[in-house]
Amino acid sequence: MPPLEANSAPARCAFERAGDRLILRCAGSWSLHEKHPRFAELAGELESGIARLEIEGREVERWDSSLLSFLLQLANTCRERKIELDPSGLPEGAQRLLALSLEVEERGGARRQTTRSNPLAAIGGVVLEAQRATMRALAFLGDVVISLVRFATFRARFRRADLWTQLHATGAGALGIVALINVLVGLILAFVGSMQLRMFGAEIYVASLVGISMVRVMGPIMTGIILAGRTGAAFAAQIGTMQVNEEVDALETMGLPPNEYLVLPRVLSLAIMTPLLCLYADLLGILGGLVVGVAMLGIGPRQYLTQTFESVGLDQLWIGLVHGTIFGVWIALAGCYHGMRCGRSASAVGQAVTSAVVSGIIGIVVATAILTLIFDTLGL
Amino acid sequence: MPNQARSSSSEAHIRVQGLTMAYGSYVLQRDLEFEIRRGDIFVIMGGSGCGKSTLLKHMIGLNRPAAGEILYAGQSYWTASPERQNELRRGFGILYQTGALFSSMTLAENVMVPLGELPELSAAERRELASLKLSLVGLAGFEDYYPSEISGGMRKRAGLARALALDPEILFFDEPSAGLDPISAKLLDDLILELRASLGATIVIVTHELASIFAIGTNGVFLDADTKTMLGTGTPQDLLEHPPDPKVRRFLTRGIDS
Repeated sequence: MPPLEANSAPARCAFERAGDRLILRCAGSWSLHEKHPRFAELAGELESGIARLEIEGREVERWDSSLLSFLLQLANTCRERKIELDPSGLPEGAQRLLALSLEVEERGGARRQTTRSNPLAAIGGVVLEAQRATMRALAFLGDVVISLVRFATFRARFRRADLWTQLHATGAGALGIVALINVLVGLILAFVGSMQLRMFGAEIYVASLVGISMVRVMGPIMTGIILAGRTGAAFAAQIGTMQVNEEVDALETMGLPPNEYLVLPRVLSLAIMTPLLCLYADLLGILGGLVVGVAMLGIGPRQYLTQTFESVGLDQLWIGLVHGTIFGVWIALAGCYHGMRCGRSASAVGQAVTSAVVSGIIGIVVATAILTLIFDTLGL
Repeated sequence: MPNQARSSSSEAHIRVQGLTMAYGSYVLQRDLEFEIRRGDIFVIMGGSGCGKSTLLKHMIGLNRPAAGEILYAGQSYWTASPERQNELRRGFGILYQTGALFSSMTLAENVMVPLGELPELSAAERRELASLKLSLVGLAGFEDYYPSEISGGMRKRAGLARALALDPEILFFDEPSAGLDPISAKLLDDLILELRASLGATIVIVTHELASIFAIGTNGVFLDADTKTMLGTGTPQDLLEHPPDPKVRRFLTRGIDS
């Protein structure tokens, strides 16, 4: 609507009673940008013993949605209170738009009722939902295991190119960030450790400290956390967006189980790549320690490495790689599961990614605790 | 349907002058030249991939012309100051092909997003206006639904309600009847006619739905992908009766008599 002239009269309206009829006179310029009468202020006048309401609008100079909004509420109230409404005095356009907005009556039951829920019922709901969620997760896990069996027997249906793409994206693509983080972790461990060990003149044991902690837990954990944020999130976003675009449904109707086609290559790629990335992380962590050892503690590089290799046994390496593999599989499962469970909207994709990263990281920490307990019991 | 051209006033509301559209060095359309009068229902026609939607994106200020100008009531959009551009845009209501509703908001909240441009409104008033716009498109009572909970046709109408939020002077529609059944498409056409008659808005529609083109179009332009320019402009009926090019006639008759 064109802007109002400065000298136009302000919007106003008034009721006039004539027997059981009520006449509403509207006048002036009705604009959303200016002050105008609100229906809520006048609703009281419609109360008692009125059979018919006539609207008189010849003096309306200009109008926009503000008048329509007013009239619609008026008309709805009249309908509720069985008052006959005669809008024929309104400007023609306003009459037609009012008729249009009243044309489709509100569908019964369409409006949402807000129900207050009982706290006990809420607790019950949470428990039932937790049970259902567990069942869903187990069913998903079962599907993945079946896909893996089919893969092992060369019957799985997926694109080999997908597996290569994923191997490249999850493995080679992460080399830079894994290197950066683990060199720094190695540096920090060596630095903090050396402050204590120096008091005993036992600087050389910095090599053992860094070596064992990197190879046994720190390497796998740091790699796992990077992968959860980098790859797990990507899996959830990719599959979630496919879910939004109905691509997952398309796969299903082509007879390609999404679990084999989408989940299998991703789980395999992380299961293969995470231990390799852990090895790489271990090496770079040791390198970080070496820098501190040589530069700050005056240990010779050869001496540092000999000390490292003497103290880090092969069993430590295996324990680290077991950690890494389990983390990788867990991250892939969490990412794919939340992607597959994604709703059909943009915000649902965001939630899926958040859930994937959170459950990935929680899983890493919990799994580390359990594995430490197991290896401790086994005496390793 | 009576010919609506009589009721259109003769003032040029939108004028496209020597417009060339390109993606990088790839020219999509060149030398487009036409004008849209106030109150017109202007149809942008042409086969798939000829640049109809791109032309729409140029007109609503999303894409910058490679050459030429688009004038609104005599003022060029691209040489205007950012404030003035924003003001012009506020006068546009746009219905995107699939509704483009914000999926994390209810229908009422979707309609209230553009109302944020009017700080003088109270929260209750915004809500009332949102209800009004939704009842205008036949969605009374669906205020608290999320876009994912309603059908495609309803999403489209909700998109229209959002486009109408600021009482726009110009309404742009990108394929309004795509994905709708014939009856819903007809109802949407009727709604468009009704809105033009009562709001006096200028309407620009991208479509290749022949039924709509003839039912509501009062003016139009025909774009061609091979020659990369427009083949003609005028009312759909005129274009059919006096086709400037055999391609136009083929298009408007579905190739039946070619």
